[in-house]
Amino acid sequence: MKFGIVVFPGSNCDEDAFHAARDVFGQEAEYLWHKDTDLKGADVIILPGGFAHGDYLRTGAMARFSPIMPAVRAFAERGGPVLGICNGFQILLESGLLPGAMLRNRGLKYRCEHVYLRVEQSDTPFTAAARPGQILRIPIGHGEGNYFAPPDVLEKIERNRQVVLRYTDPHGRIDDEWNPNGSVNAIAGLCNEARNVVGMMPHPERACEALVGGVDGRAVFESIVETFRLAEHRQPQVTA
Amino acid sequence: MIDPQAIERHGLKRDEYDRIVQFLGREPNLTELGIFSVMWSEHCSYKSSRVHLKTLPTEGPQVLQGPGENAGAIDIGDGLAAVFKIESHNHPSFIEPYQGAATGVGGIIRDIFTMGARPIALLNSLRFGALDAPGTRRLLEGVVAGIAGYGNSIGIPTVGGEIVFEPSYAGNPLVNVFCLGVAKASEIIKGVASGAGNAVYYVGAKTGRDGIHGATMASAEFDEKSAEKRPAVQVGDPFMEKLLLEACLEVMKTDALVGIQDMGAAGLTCSTTEMGSRGGAGVEIDVAMVPQRESAMTPYEIMLSESQERMLLVVKRGREAEVERIFDKWDLHAVHIGEVTSDGMLRVRERGAVVAEIPNRALTDEAPVYRRPMAEPEYLREVQRLDLDALPAGLKDPGPNPALLALLATPTIASKKWIYRQYDHMVRTNTINMPGQGAGVVRIKGTDRALAMSVDGNGRYCYLDPRRGAMLAVAEASRNVACAGARPLGATNCLNFGNPERPAIMWQFAKAVEGIGDACRALGVPITGGNVSLYNETDGNAVYPTPTIGVVGLLEHADRVLSGQFKETGDTIVLLGREGAGELGGTEYLKVLHGLVAGAPPAIDLEAERALESLLVTLAGERLIRSAHDCSDGGIAVTLAECCFDTNGIGAEISLESVHVAGDARIDTAAALFGESASRVLVSVEPDQLTTVLERAAAARVPARVVGSTGGNRLRISVGGTTAIDQSVGDAERVWSTAIDQYFARRVA
Repeated sequence: MKFGIVVFPGSNCDEDAFHAARDVFGQEAEYLWHKDTDLKGADVIILPGGFAHGDYLRTGAMARFSPIMPAVRAFAERGGPVLGICNGFQILLESGLLPGAMLRNRGLKYRCEHVYLRVEQSDTPFTAAARPGQILRIPIGHGEGNYFAPPDVLEKIERNRQVVLRYTDPHGRIDDEWNPNGSVNAIAGLCNEARNVVGMMPHPERACEALVGGVDGRAVFESIVETFRLAEHRQPQVTA
Repeated sequence: MIDPQAIERHGLKRDEYDRIVQFLGREPNLTELGIFSVMWSEHCSYKSSRVHLKTLPTEGPQVLQGPGENAGAIDIGDGLAAVFKIESHNHPSFIEPYQGAATGVGGIIRDIFTMGARPIALLNSLRFGALDAPGTRRLLEGVVAGIAGYGNSIGIPTVGGEIVFEPSYAGNPLVNVFCLGVAKASEIIKGVASGAGNAVYYVGAKTGRDGIHGATMASAEFDEKSAEKRPAVQVGDPFMEKLLLEACLEVMKTDALVGIQDMGAAGLTCSTTEMGSRGGAGVEIDVAMVPQRESAMTPYEIMLSESQERMLLVVKRGREAEVERIFDKWDLHAVHIGEVTSDGMLRVRERGAVVAEIPNRALTDEAPVYRRPMAEPEYLREVQRLDLDALPAGLKDPGPNPALLALLATPTIASKKWIYRQYDHMVRTNTINMPGQGAGVVRIKGTDRALAMSVDGNGRYCYLDPRRGAMLAVAEASRNVACAGARPLGATNCLNFGNPERPAIMWQFAKAVEGIGDACRALGVPITGGNVSLYNETDGNAVYPTPTIGVVGLLEHADRVLSGQFKETGDTIVLLGREGAGELGGTEYLKVLHGLVAGAPPAIDLEAERALESLLVTLAGERLIRSAHDCSDGGIAVTLAECCFDTNGIGAEISLESVHVAGDARIDTAAALFGESASRVLVSVEPDQLTTVLERAAAARVPARVVGSTGGNRLRISVGGTTAIDQSVGDAERVWSTAIDQYFARRVA
């Protein structure tokens, strides 16, 4: 399958996502320049981490206006799988492809460290290879990862089972001590109602090799590769 | 028009001014005076240090680029080069901690990508006053946030460093930043202007009035009026630098460039003259073409501005459009501001009219060089005297267990997680050894290799004996790299000292450089570049003489990397190196437990050090040991504790030989536990491999003794057969891991 990795000016995890897709998982991968409007036949789109346009205004607030975003939105609306990692998640929120917003971390400091995540839902293309309740140890690196949504929106996304990942302790228990940024309901990852668009603050691409960062992030990439393989099996011309 | 006040305001001495007049054959105008003042400042000309720096070893078969370029480079095999350098940003960081530190990071990153290398790792070496002293936490928070703000945004991981707290730095913190990049050895690009008629381009941020005379500021002492110099500190824009980085690396893939240089200290002035001087050419520019952020800027201001994120390029004739197109893609404007000439002059025009005309050589090669008077400082004999039988009353060693906890809680030794958690240390997915280890280690994608790097210094040792202290700093950095399993290949230095016009300071400087030279020669790590920061004084009080040394080493196989932590219970613990003479001079123990900075720093035998380091590389390469941790601050007891931390509570028990250094048995015990004798490493070994390890050590003539084993959940150390330390790893780890957080929690409460 082919990964399309969007490069905004200021993206800095684009090469890491590319490396994971191509070198670790042996898939085709191509960079998509933010000024382009063509997704070049990608089967899955990754909005990578970084500081798009410097994020001097509000994280993701400028990137949502990039020329490539209408194509990403159309792809998502057709059911194409889209993964936003860190800054990519923030861009999905600003674009309205996912509900809610990001605040500065509780504690007001950037945090880079491994955290524990509990997989809440496995019926998304990015968690299909994991099982609900599975604990993943994956790094975060962000200053604005404090997820927020007003009570009515929060109630809705919980009811729709849109919370895909939560911060927990090493045993999978929700515990404020282990919530690195103060996210409401310990939300670390979220999907849209159609479940094909997923945003997550932790960096799965940083945990795909035992030598660097561990291997728990592989579940995210294995999920999409496996989802695509099954879909292709059922319906050979499924790609957008 | 140039009066004595103007000369003094520009930091020039009368005889220096006379030299200028001699070179020009006339009085300079104000713009020319400004240009001379920055180029002849200590910061740019190295006028006090140059005669000493010349004695440093800079050559070796692995050296691809020695000092004199934007950064040094060493051969790391597979056709690749490691390009690295360390630089100080002490003065700006004191005046404005966030921007001072941020622009320090920005500057060193530009030095690396200017060479055609992609920056892949950052380190920093920071020194502040005591953490509980007024102002320190504000400075620390600002500096750390500035480093994080810049490095995180641009996406280069901060993989290690060191932080030291000493009262001597209260009025003048040290912020030294190191960057390493990787380039194809055959594609290293230089900061050279040549080929008359080639176009000179300006790219990046617009020029403003910020940072005018930054280089001059960095060449003066501080006093209570220093805060008024804030406008001389620049403001960083990591997003702009990220665009420049990507665009420049893309341009470098074409072969349209003759040379490139960043505009750092002394901005447009320094980049034009240095590029011209290296290429034996002249450079002519028109300041009216320079993009400006503010209105009505004079040629003087444009030439001296230190606005950040600006580059100067020399483009081959006929290739201009190609270069412009790449910058356009990144929304950057490459502006044609002048030409290379053949007459060796720096010629500055404003809308055609010449406003400055100076021979390049006068600004660079012919800049003043001083052999400043030196004299052994008077304090030295006083502080080197250490009578262990007459330690000051009042403070007393409370016994080994509380003493160990006190050392683990001292901010210089305690866990720095509170700090490095604020740095993105994993972006680029290469980081094998994370911050908190002796050396940071990053793999090189597309190869089997990895690079280990460490920055180290010990101002207290250098204060007590600059020459030996400097040798110890080189040895520690090199040993840290070897403890990761990497072969040390090259070094970079950042020399932080006081006012060189004082003979005592100049003596410290000269002795330290001698020590660095001797150690680098003996350990096979040539100096490939670096920086000198003088005038680190406030109100006449100089910082401890502090050379910080960055060493880079190569691991042929990334997966044979070692860390300092014990891995398994039941492993044998071996002490490599001499057991130690119980040297307490200059130690953390004396400082923390007895309030004393005295004695001679530990002795060092460079041949023994080299043998030890080369043994470590062998043992790692053959996968014979499971961990290696060097013994430094806090001695063997602190080292053993650190080997147990972050392991989920693996304990250890070792026995040490007794030493006799004092009349008091308690001091003898402390000397065995906390003495900081050099060239010692604790390694853990799977019992099956022990015989081989001891054989390899014997063959390398490195003393090796089995001192104990891992296991249990307690930390136990006996000295001369008597239990000295016995406490739970968990309790000790809690003290060590929360000490720095508590300084900040207390303030909030």
